[in-house]
Formats: sequence, structure tokens, C-alpha cells
Amino acid sequence: MAEYKWPEPEKRSLIGKRISRVDGPAKVSGKAKYTYDIKRPDMLYGKVLRSPHAHAKIVSIDTSAAEKMPGVKAVKVIQEPGTEIKWAGDEIVAVAAVDEPTAEDAIRAIKVTYEKLPHLVVEEDLSAAGDNAKPAAEQTAGEPEKAFGEAEVIVEGFYGLPVITHCCLESHGSISEWEGDQNLLVHISTQAVSNVANQIGRPLGIPAANVRVKQDHIGGGFGSKFQVDRWDVTAAQLSKMAGGKPVKIMLERDAELMVAGIRPSAYARVKVGAKRDGEIIAWQSESWNTGGSGGGGSPPLPYVFSVPNKHTQHTGIATNTGSARAWRAPNHPQGCLVTMSALEDTAARLEMDPLDFFLKNIELAGRFAEVYREEFAIAADLMEWKKNWHQRGAKTAGPVKRGLGLSLHTWGGGGHGSNCDVIIHPDGSVEVKMGTQDLGTGTRTAIMMVAAETFGLPLEAIKLMIGDNQFPTSGASGGSTTIGGVSASTRRGTLDALEQLFEKVAPSLNVQPADLEAVAGRIRVKSDPRRGLSWKEACMKIGGTAITTRGRNPGPGTLNSSGVGGVQMADVSVDVETGIVRVNKVVAVQDCGLIIDLKTAESQVYGALIMGVCYALYEERIMDARTGRMLNPNMEFYKLAGLGDIGELVVHMMTGKAYDERGVIGLGEPPVISPGAAISNAVANAVGVRVPSLPLTPDRVLAALQYPDREGGSSKNGGNDAGI
Amino acid sequence: MQRDEKMKEKGSGLSRRTFLKVSGISLSVPVVLGHRTIKVAGAEVEVYGPGKVPIALTVNGAKHTAEVEPRVTLLEALRHELDLTGAKRVCDRATCGACTVIMDGKPVYSCSVLALEAQGKQITTAEGLLRGDRLHPVQQAFIDNDAQQCGFCTPGFVVACKVFLDKNPNPTPEEIQKGLGGNLCRCGTYVGVRAAVAQAANQYPNRKGGGNQSTSKGGR
Repeated sequence: MAEYKWPEPEKRSLIGKRISRVDGPAKVSGKAKYTYDIKRPDMLYGKVLRSPHAHAKIVSIDTSAAEKMPGVKAVKVIQEPGTEIKWAGDEIVAVAAVDEPTAEDAIRAIKVTYEKLPHLVVEEDLSAAGDNAKPAAEQTAGEPEKAFGEAEVIVEGFYGLPVITHCCLESHGSISEWEGDQNLLVHISTQAVSNVANQIGRPLGIPAANVRVKQDHIGGGFGSKFQVDRWDVTAAQLSKMAGGKPVKIMLERDAELMVAGIRPSAYARVKVGAKRDGEIIAWQSESWNTGGSGGGGSPPLPYVFSVPNKHTQHTGIATNTGSARAWRAPNHPQGCLVTMSALEDTAARLEMDPLDFFLKNIELAGRFAEVYREEFAIAADLMEWKKNWHQRGAKTAGPVKRGLGLSLHTWGGGGHGSNCDVIIHPDGSVEVKMGTQDLGTGTRTAIMMVAAETFGLPLEAIKLMIGDNQFPTSGASGGSTTIGGVSASTRRGTLDALEQLFEKVAPSLNVQPADLEAVAGRIRVKSDPRRGLSWKEACMKIGGTAITTRGRNPGPGTLNSSGVGGVQMADVSVDVETGIVRVNKVVAVQDCGLIIDLKTAESQVYGALIMGVCYALYEERIMDARTGRMLNPNMEFYKLAGLGDIGELVVHMMTGKAYDERGVIGLGEPPVISPGAAISNAVANAVGVRVPSLPLTPDRVLAALQYPDREGGSSKNGGNDAGI
Repeated sequence: MQRDEKMKEKGSGLSRRTFLKVSGISLSVPVVLGHRTIKVAGAEVEVYGPGKVPIALTVNGAKHTAEVEPRVTLLEALRHELDLTGAKRVCDRATCGACTVIMDGKPVYSCSVLALEAQGKQITTAEGLLRGDRLHPVQQAFIDNDAQQCGFCTPGFVVACKVFLDKNPNPTPEEIQKGLGGNLCRCGTYVGVRAAVAQAANQYPNRKGGGNQSTSKGGR
């Protein structure tokens, strides 16, 4: 039985190094095929008619004109008259036609009448939510009332961040085609290749076993592509109506932003009680949010710091807007922004350096207190914090004020269930097959690195196949669970295969299998490395039938674990005359246990910081209270940062023995949690007042400067008239 | 300016496509291939459509013909007719740059160029930057500096960087930030893109002087 562990640091030829992603050449040359790019023979194009109303009842649907149009092959009513529609953009009717223009014409030819119903689409003002507000039970720990009585300083504040969308560049969608009336082939943009068959088979009334699912590349998911959507089922139904011809439905940009996933908002009134020396003793928060018509969960408050005496209450508000989906680190960025802002405000009131204040209370951070301490020391060095930090709003000449802010975060990231087949052929070629997906995080590269490392082979000797549900099942890529899962299943599968190879080879070298090692393309004797066989020679000993093993996670040995800590610091400049915030620099110091590919790991952190700059400064879904529609379902007014907007970014990954020993832990989500808080704190430090709500747009900054005591800080009405 | 026009178009209730369609004049005329010439206000005007018309496009050095409706964009023609899917449709209104291709040496958003208009022009896509299997220096630099994650914006970004460096072989960091502001990435690969441009610039043949560009990740 193989010993399931990672190789010692000095024996690693690939793991922990900076390795370029293996699918780079395909991506840079435009040859990588995404679902959006797939064109099947005789493929029809599906388009969807959507509700223009946020809340309405369908009265009538007339598809007759569309059905008569040349080139239209199928028309499917998705929601019948009488159905209550709960958000603008919901699917009403779909058509499939020979090309996109024809399908668009057909959609325009469909007539639907609605009975409009009252709607609520804006939630920043809790008092206006009425019956749509669903308060959860209050939660109390310790003795908050007593603690606030004993507090020497009490700081109150309002903090918030609006709904944002995932805005995947490759929109959601799929292509379905039937072989006979019982077998379906689906190309789909998904974060969960192994889960699609079951989800789409059920509504279509066919067994999951009859569904073949494929995806080579995916153009972004960020948590919004776990589920099979109604439009995917519709594409399969249209295909059936059209005699099995492939039907492709990919969302238009406006639909992508309206219905394909949001990150819930969060707003909170917070009270923090502290001792004069900076000890935090009490927390109270009243928070609310919306995740669309259903719930959006509640942000963890207070975040990371277990304040001993606390009282919290959260209220979910149902709005007539598209539904929430997991958005990279669900609920953590919200909890982090509210908590770290409130704590930084407390430090400012105490005239304490927030770094000292956070460190003073770091034991409240629990398990990762020491990690945070170590990380803050590195971050402070990289930011030259002690040299550059000043008391809040310290007066410097001129309209451009500079400030520093910080934050910290945590995440789980334990490996998901994962299976793979490992095959060593007698000719020496190696295959790994796994029903996983590469979201652009470098999953392919990491799996191949692990396999090549185990076998002592170069990366290109591994033939990896993923993105197909005929391969062994592997979990959905979400919650930062992929790297821990796939690296562990691959390591176990390849170690088992290598053990079998050693058994075949040992007799010819007159040693025991346990005396062998695989290094630099050779199977050799550990005690006498000159004795051995090349990989190819060794594999010739296998005989006629290839070695095949199944790698699994979970499984024996400690290859992965869960739980990380990270800290971030931001340096901003704010022009108090224009309200424009510029990010000068962000430092991220991040722990994720044992790192497989340092290069793609760093890329994920850079990416998270940039996504953080986006939601800190630019991104917000703007709803029109009157019409109930999203005002910016496009990329001109749903703002993302560009290449010139992000400042200097510095990433430091924690490495070394203590981190290695925890095994592989996920990284995708943790670094996206802190940027909003760190940047908001830096802005407060720069201008001397808290800008209560993200994004820190010029109007919000100027409003906060002019009315420092007003809640929300944006133009009233929750941004209904902002930005357009 | 461009954005104002878009809003106006939208406000009038006519999309680009429907406008082109209803202004095709000959709605009652059966599908005719090729264009017709009519007199409008004394001038002769070529009228295409509304049915499919033959087009010829020169893409990556090769001539292609297809039949498309006049409202079809260059991007759609590349993707649907020629199966060149490197250029992506993302915003579909000239904001994000994912559809960037080179037309007669200039970068254009192919979602906002009609296929008809692109006739007679030299068009290069990300696929066309390859020489056989050999990557263009910009493409190699994207790999070396990991200027890609999901990769959906990457082909457009690669093309934009290539044209940018053709014009600015000695870019300053400020020029890189300004010159490449027309491409958006959701995964957040800009740090890698900056480094890739700096690396590729160092390899550009017409570059003046020595290389003092920082290729350290994270540099501005």
C-alpha cells in the first residue's frame, strides 16, 4: 500500500514551482473552444423572449406570427398565461431558427400581454421594504448590554454594498441535441460537468445515464454556473421539437446581467464597544440584504473576530429582481466590508493605528491568529505601513488626499469529492481522466503537475482528459474546493499506479518494489540511483494490459485540509474636489497551504484583487424603482475596471513547512473577500470620513464629504438615479 | 460620442439591426442576391438586402465567400460563417474589446463593423497571428506572464496588444495603461497583460534603444 503524502520539498521537481498553464497556447491563439464557440451540424439558434415587467401576471401569448416565419423551426412557451412573473427578464417564450437574425425576428413577432402588479426592486432603505422584509431570529452571545455599559468608547456606523452581478464574459447557455428520443448530447458552460446529466435528465424525463455532457473551456463562472438553468432545459425541448437538431441558447448580455446571477447586497447599522486601550468587547448589528425573490443568506457578522458579547439581527428582503447565486466567497465580502469598516472606524475614534488595533485583538480571530500576525508583518513591510500611515484625514495640502487601509479574511476551501482514472500503457504513455473542469484557475495544469511529479515525468508526458461526464465524477468547481479535490485524487491514483509499476519492474532489478523511486524519467533504485530503467523500458515490463487505477478524494493520507487566512492593505488617492478614487497599490498576503502551481496561484490572487477593485469602485446593479427594470444591463454602465484602473498590485504567497503540512487548500475565493474593506478603509483614512456604501463612486464620496452623518452616503433612493 | 449615438438609437425604439432592416426599402421585393442601385434625392445609392447577399472577406490572408444578411456583423460572419471563433461576442456594443480584430492595420471592434463594410479590407484575427504552429511574440508573452485565466477575453486582448506594439514599440507604462484600456477582463488578468506587453516590447524588432521595461509582476 502506497504512502499517500506529498513529496518532500527538496524532491519536488514541479510542485510549488511557477509553471505556465498548459492550455495557454490554445487560449492565446483563439483556438480554445468554449460552449459559445461550438457549432454543430445543422445547428439552430435559440432566442428567448423575456418579461419587461418586474412583477406581472401573463394574460395572453400569441406566437402565431413567429411560428409562420420562414426559418423558424420550433416555438416553445416556457411560462403559460396565468403565471405570475417575479422579475424583469424572466423567460416567457423561446424560439429556434436557422440563424440568429431569424430567431431575433421571430422573438419580436411574439405578442404577450401582462397584468402589471406592484413591485419592489430597491432595498437600501429597510423601512420601505414593508411586507417584503423577513426578519430572522435575533442572535445573542455573551452579555452585550452589560458590555456596552462597560465600554469606554462606542462607535456607531452604517455600511453597505449593493447587489452586483457575475458578468461572466461567456454568458450562460448550452447546445442540446437528441440521438433518438432517449439520448441527449449537451455542450454546456458549467462549473459542474459531473452534475449536469442528473439535473437536465429529470425535467426531460430521461435517465442521467442517457445524457452526455461536454465542456472544453468555460469563459467565467464565479459561482453562477453550478446549475442547469431553465433555458438549458428549453434548448433541449426545442431540439426535440425540431427533430433532434442541435439547438443553441446562449444568453444575450442584458439577460446575462439581469437573470444569470447576483451577489446579494448587504446593509448594516453597527455599534462597536471598546476599551480605551483598543480591546473590542461588544458588537451589535442590524443588517439587511436582498438576494432577489428568494433569500440571499446573511453575512457573517462580526466577521472573523469573535467579539465576546454580541447581538445581531438580519433581515432578508424579497425583491422583484433576478435571483442570487453563489458569488465568489458567498457572503464573506459583505461580512468583511461591514465588520472591517466598523472596526477601522473604532480604531480611528481611538486614534489608534488600525494595524495595532487589529493585532491587539487578533486572538479573537481564533485558529488563524498566528497566521494573520505573520501575514500582517509581511504586508506592513511591503506597504511600508508604519512609514506611510497617518491619523485619519490628516491634513495634507491640495485636493488629492492619500490614505491606507487594511482588512483580513478567512475561507474553508477543503477538497471536494473527486475521482480519476490513471492509466499507464505498456508503451509508456500515461492518461489521466477526470470529470472535472478548468475555470481558468489552472486545474488542468495542476492535475498534470501532480501526475508528472509522481511519475518523475515531464508535464507533456501526461495526457489529461477532463470536461466530459464519461470520465470519473469529480465535484463542482465552487467554494475553492477544486484544487484540494483534484490534486488529492490524482496523487492517490498516480501513487497506486506507480506502486503497481514498481511491482512489475522490481524483479528485473533484483530489488523490492519499495526500494524503487521514479525520478527524472527513470525508475531507479533509491540506494543506488545508477541502477534503473528508463520510464519506457520500465513500462515494457507491464505486459499486455495497461495498469489502471482509480484515484479518489477523500481517501487515505493527509493531502489536503480546510481553512486559510489572508490579509490585505490598500493605498488610495482621493480627489476631494471631484470625488474620484484612485487605487495606488494593494498588497495581498495569502495562505493556502501547499501550493501546487505558484504561477497560476498568484494569478488567482491578482485576479481577485482586480475583481475587488471592480466592486469597491465601480460595480453596481442599478434598478429603476419606477419601472422595476435594471438600468445598466450592459457593459457601458455596468462598470468593470480596466487595465489602467488597478494601480500596483503586490501578491505574497505564504509558503514553507508549516503551510506545506496542511496539504493543499483552495484559493479562488479568499483573496476576493478583503479588497472592498481595505479600499474603503483607505478612503476613510484619506478623506477623514467614512463613505458608507460601495462602490466608492464620485457621487458617494462627495456626498459623504458634504453630509458625513447621512446614512448610505449616496444620492438618496439607493442609487436609483445614479450613474445614468 | 459613440455612446450617445447608441443611446439615441435605443431611445428611438430601433436597434441597429431593425433599423438596417426597415431602411432596406425593398421589404416587398423577394430575396435578391447582390445589391441594387436606386436613386435617392438625385444620388445613386446601393441597396443591399433584406435577404442574404454574397460577401467576400479576406481574413488571415485567405479569401472567403459567404452569403449573409446585410445586418450581419463582421464578428458574426467570422464566427458563424468562417468558424473563426477567437474573436468573442461579449458586450456586443463596442465596449469590452473581446471581439477585437485587425482591419487594414487598425484594431476594430468587430461587433460594430458590418460584414459588408469589411469587404476589401485585410482582416487579421488572433488565429492569424500564428505562423504555422509558432506563436507570435505577444502570444508567447501572454503565456509566459500568465496574462489569461478563463481566456475568453484573451484573443481580443492579444490582438489589441499586437496592434498597440506595432504602433508603440517603446511603450511607457502610462502608454500601456491608456493604449490597452479598451479591453475588459472579468477574471482580472491585467497584471499579466501589462507584463506581457513589456516582455513582447523588448522583443519587437523595430524597438528603439535598450529594454528598461520592468517585467516584474505587479509593476505599474
